[in-house]
Amino acid sequence: MSDPFDDLDDLKDAMRAATPAPDAARKAENIALAEKNFATRQETAAQVRFTSDRPKQGFFRGVFSMFKAISTRQALTASTALVAIGLFVYLPALQQPADVLTPPHPEPTIVDSIAGTLEADSRVRVQAEGEAEEMLVAPMEAPVMAEVADMAAPTGQLSGAAPSPSLLARPAATAKLERRSLIAPPPPPGYADDTQVRIEPDTEAFAEAEPNPLKITTEEPVSTFSIDVDTASYAILRSSLNNGQLPNAEQVRIEEMVNYFPYDYATPSDGAPFSTRATVIATPWNPETRLVHIALQGEKPALDERPPLNLVFLIDTSGSMDAPNKLPLLKQSFQLMLAQLRPEDKVAIVAYAGSAGQVLEPTQASERATIMAALDRLDAGGSTAGQEGLQQAYSTAEAMSEDGDVSRIILATDGDFNVGIYDPDELKDFIAKKRETGTYLSVLGFGRGNLDDATMQALAQNGNGQAAYIDTLSEAQKTLVDQLGGALFPIANDVKIQVEFNPAQIAEYRLIGYETRALKREDFNNDRIDAGEIGAGHAVTAIYEVTPVGSPARLSDPLRYQPAEVAATSEEYGFLRLRYKRPGEDTSNLIETPILPGGEATPDMQFATAIAGFGQLLQNSPYLGDWSYTQAIDLANGAKGDDAFGYRSQAVQLMRLADSLSQ
Amino acid sequence: MRMTVDDQQLAAAAANGDAEAFSALLGRHYDRVFGLAFRMTGQRAEAEDLTQDICAALPDKMAHYQPSARFSTWLYRVVVNAAHDRRRRAATHTKAASGWGDWEVDRQAAIADTNSQLDWLTRAMQALPDDLRDTLALILDDVTHADAAEILGISPGTVSWRVSEAKKHLRALKEQEDAS
Repeated sequence: MSDPFDDLDDLKDAMRAATPAPDAARKAENIALAEKNFATRQETAAQVRFTSDRPKQGFFRGVFSMFKAISTRQALTASTALVAIGLFVYLPALQQPADVLTPPHPEPTIVDSIAGTLEADSRVRVQAEGEAEEMLVAPMEAPVMAEVADMAAPTGQLSGAAPSPSLLARPAATAKLERRSLIAPPPPPGYADDTQVRIEPDTEAFAEAEPNPLKITTEEPVSTFSIDVDTASYAILRSSLNNGQLPNAEQVRIEEMVNYFPYDYATPSDGAPFSTRATVIATPWNPETRLVHIALQGEKPALDERPPLNLVFLIDTSGSMDAPNKLPLLKQSFQLMLAQLRPEDKVAIVAYAGSAGQVLEPTQASERATIMAALDRLDAGGSTAGQEGLQQAYSTAEAMSEDGDVSRIILATDGDFNVGIYDPDELKDFIAKKRETGTYLSVLGFGRGNLDDATMQALAQNGNGQAAYIDTLSEAQKTLVDQLGGALFPIANDVKIQVEFNPAQIAEYRLIGYETRALKREDFNNDRIDAGEIGAGHAVTAIYEVTPVGSPARLSDPLRYQPAEVAATSEEYGFLRLRYKRPGEDTSNLIETPILPGGEATPDMQFATAIAGFGQLLQNSPYLGDWSYTQAIDLANGAKGDDAFGYRSQAVQLMRLADSLSQ
Repeated sequence: MRMTVDDQQLAAAAANGDAEAFSALLGRHYDRVFGLAFRMTGQRAEAEDLTQDICAALPDKMAHYQPSARFSTWLYRVVVNAAHDRRRRAATHTKAASGWGDWEVDRQAAIADTNSQLDWLTRAMQALPDDLRDTLALILDDVTHADAAEILGISPGTVSWRVSEAKKHLRALKEQEDAS
């Protein structure tokens, strides 16, 4: 049979036939609108933006809210279910199945594997219908799939072949896979198995930042950035990889990957809140360059001496949180954390959905039953009024705080703040203003599909806090139990790093990661410029790749009209300056260390390097040459150390997965 | 005579504030804009709304039109950007609306569609990832690979790769049907 796709001519004809004529009335309206705007513009020359498409209120809306309310309580009778199937069978199809059915960057392997699970298509269809009732448990996510399966086979235009239902039935198979996660009853610990195949409509947003370019030392000898203790990027790419997709380049933030892992760097001894080391080690991917490994290790104050804590849980209870890996996981995570609190700590809960409300008055942590009961009462429903919730949380925190307390808002959400402040910049300003009150803000992300990573980042960075992404109960354990001290008790604020490279020794340098954290050179000494925080026990790693003068790996040619060589005045590769403020203080302290060549790499450093290499592989970085996943895996395997919690073994697994997926 | 003037001249005049030229230009290209909008969204109602977005903002865009660019290429780029914009916004709205309200509206429009032309191709297009669909939508509108590259702001190589990738997707869908 001839291949209809070779020259696309058939396709073009089919497409022409398929494209409807524009609606005449709309056309007239639209043209009139354009002409009106054109005329207005000539008068005012003002900027017009694309109009916003406000959600339309349909007649059926109320009916669906009702079904949803009932179904989430799993109280549907069989007859109601039948009616509901009828409705689902029709309506959802029209909601852009494409978005629902295709993962953001589907790999052919995924499609194949899903198709591979198909049996005779008629059976699948029967199954899909039979399962429709169960699928109602989470009608928000699944109905499209049931509907597509049920669509009558229309006539095809291509090569005269009627499409068989297999194409249609495929989504039903997806629905089947999906079902496992959707219908799960209140999840048992560890339920959120990383190996689940989950394909969800994707409305995620990530901060866009190009990887740092190579800098030439003679032109730009100084590099300045803020430290970052977020870990969200690693957890996000882990969930992508476990779903069989390579993460997008913008989901990869190398500093967050590297800083995800606990390291055992030397603890401070000189009275500073953290220790600072800069070590020059070999570059695994390039024998002609060196890495400058900068390590900060926060002190671990004895937890008994910590000040009392005021926590405000700000919990997103919008409709989309109604999935097992969102609100239920969130409740469990907070329960884990409650066990870590001391009796004199205080907890309040503010929920936001539609309208914000205080769910729990400030309560002593010793009254665990009261707090648990309030958590349990939370129910997902309504849309998100993020800003209102935030305002209420800040005022609650301010009311709770007494002298010497640490107040922190923990915002738990699955995505966007789409009612209230739209503009991320405005939201940032709001939070930056609130930061002055001394309240910290941490952001915990739950669930995939709607994650507004960019906003999460902006919130945590501007609110003096940390952004973490929680996809499993074990991740909650890591963030909220094992590293609770770091998550809740800041030991240094506004930590900035500035490295001045010595042009006599270093020809070129490149900061690996920290793209979203770059600062201007003059910001370093300006104490009013915000930067990252270090929590108790946090380890922070930053890595530069540097090309020594005279190395064959140098990428830029020396200039012809400027002195080629800078007279060597020192053996130092560069000079590291670091500024930080102690919590509650307004003036910064300075730490200075020279960067000297000839260091020895410890296993911790090697592992950090392997992760930095892994991140660059995921970004398709041009600087790695032939270095591949295989070498990254070897390097990481050789540097696993004790790995008491298995985080590093898990990273090696992810590297292997990424290796296979990228083939 | 207005109608014999070519697009570039009309566009240049419109950029200078000639309302008549602007109207003529829009009248000439409205159907193409709508057609591309439909191919990129796969839904009639969406396409109508997208076209409205474009019409609302076109006067502003027009003011920045550079006569060095071919008008049709420039206009396609406006459509593509508006579609991307809208997709991004739809992302933020999905939750607010919970989709329900829209579904009813879309349902009415799509019942009409189903009766006439919700055929294999449209559904296959909907199954393509956004970037492949956008590229194919242009190519199927007789846009050359070079122009598509300019419109999408990517290299011609990437366009060719995406087209072959889209063909691969479609072929796979087709084979699955033929096989069963």
